Amino acid sequence: MRLVKFNRPEAWAVSPFEQVPGLEDVINRVFGSPFGDLNRTGEFFAGSAPALDLCEDNENLVATVELPGMKKEDIEVSVQDGVLSVSGERSCDQKHREAGSYRTERFFGHFHRTVSLPKPVKTEAIKAVYRDGVLTVTMPKTEEAKPKQIAVNIG
Amino acid sequence: MNAMCQTEKNQATAPARIEYVAPEVDILETKEDYLLQADMPGVAKADLELLIEGNELTIVGRRQRPVTGEVLVSEIELRDYRRSFVLDPQIATDRITAQLDQGVLTVHLPKAEAVKPRKIAITD
Repeated sequence: MRLVKFNRPEAWAVSPFEQVPGLEDVINRVFGSPFGDLNRTGEFFAGSAPALDLCEDNENLVATVELPGMKKEDIEVSVQDGVLSVSGERSCDQKHREAGSYRTERFFGHFHRTVSLPKPVKTEAIKAVYRDGVLTVTMPKTEEAKPKQIAVNIG
Repeated sequence: MNAMCQTEKNQATAPARIEYVAPEVDILETKEDYLLQADMPGVAKADLELLIEGNELTIVGRRQRPVTGEVLVSEIELRDYRRSFVLDPQIATDRITAQLDQGVLTVHLPKAEAVKPRKIAITD
């Protein structure tokens, strides 16, 4: 049986198995970051789009995507027209089909995530590494995109 | 409420609050055991802890990711993982095993022998 995940309402942002929070925790959560806390249970797959971070330093753009439980052959990474695209399918393993389940929260199925790259990159030099369930894509920037020091002359 | 606002301001002297995020889990049952699978991407074996206290199982996963350069998109909540479960007394806690593969923790919780259905021989 394939389970299709839906966007859970915010009431589920706190896992019911956590220790019962003290009043201080509850109030801090409400008055803390009102939008950042909606993901308290770590909905990394969040429907069909996994969570992604993008960083830029002088040499590279680095994208990090959380994709637990995949085989690296099942992940597709491509860059085209300045857009990075990560997609694949997480298949439900055998144990799920045979056993009775008490609780199912994890996502299985097809996912697809894209992000626009703010600078041009050398597509032939892109490296992608999948370790501990995290995909890291390192994209070297083209020469024009790197910051340059301009010498100041007195004259 | 005022007291709580006070503790927030005194952050230099107050102990640091550690906040965790709960990993998503699937809990399955077979004839032999229970299976608990948790998604904990970014956690290596050395950063993973499983604790049993009485009949309570706690899984803790620590993650570090060095942030290089300027952050443009930030969706990954980089807190450590923590989640606790109260175990069925039928679980043989001394025979619990766990594996970690590509960010997925699988914990096998075998049922105690006495609980499995068995035939009783009739003696004369």
